[in-house]
Amino acid sequence: MTIAFYTLAAFILALGVLVVSTKNTVHAVLFLVANFLCVAMLYVLLQAEFLAVIQVLVYAGGIVVLYLFVVMLVNLKRGPETHVDPRRRDRMGLLIGGAVLAEFVAILLYGFAPRATGAAPAAAAPGVGNVEQVGWSLYVDYLVPFEVASILLLVAMIGAIVLAKKEP
Amino acid sequence: MTPITPAHYLVLSAALFSIGLIGVLVRRNLIVIFMSIELMLNAVNINLVAFSQQWQHVVGQVFALFVVAVAAAEAAIGLGIILAFYRNKETVNVDEITLMRW
Repeated sequence: MTIAFYTLAAFILALGVLVVSTKNTVHAVLFLVANFLCVAMLYVLLQAEFLAVIQVLVYAGGIVVLYLFVVMLVNLKRGPETHVDPRRRDRMGLLIGGAVLAEFVAILLYGFAPRATGAAPAAAAPGVGNVEQVGWSLYVDYLVPFEVASILLLVAMIGAIVLAKKEP
Repeated sequence: MTPITPAHYLVLSAALFSIGLIGVLVRRNLIVIFMSIELMLNAVNINLVAFSQQWQHVVGQVFALFVVAVAAAEAAIGLGIILAFYRNKETVNVDEITLMRW
């Protein structure tokens, strides 16, 4: 359990760094797939099997294919990052990112220092699988947000078609 | 070795979020910026699922599902915008997208 977590965490962070730092966009997309798959394995470790399957289906299967299509459609004659705005401050971006990370870690250390894990968690319903639990919560307690999310996806689909359509 | 607490997951998610943030701030390729946003959304999902497991309550996973749905919508719209922009300007460099910049 512990070893699995540390291995997955190392892979997730290393692949994230590679996604951000690789010059070749196709390689970046492939690293992104590997990153999503590692996150899916982390979900399995966290006993969220349904979400792990959704992660593989939607992220690694759907969104990444979309990215690959766009990378192939956008074939650039000159390099994508040749032109540099003189007012751009890359160091500042790194600095802000590092500052945010330091802040997060400080908050976490401060928040988790006195008590290790918090109160005892409530006992789960015995004999009920993860998928069943998620289904009950999704279709009973969160039915209206679920329908709103489906409308959001419909709007996004129509919007993407309208945006990507060639001008007549 | 110490057992894995939710704090471990939170630190992992904070680090992943920061990597995505640095990607958004530093990179100039619009597609890579979108991928960094996906990384940040994934970091948030790890947080939600870690808390869901900590409290043995499934609502965190349901919220993560909604985040996935919003991420899919965002990817579709964002990549449509990238394509439309590329058709007009033949570039995906954010430093050249200055039409509405002050």
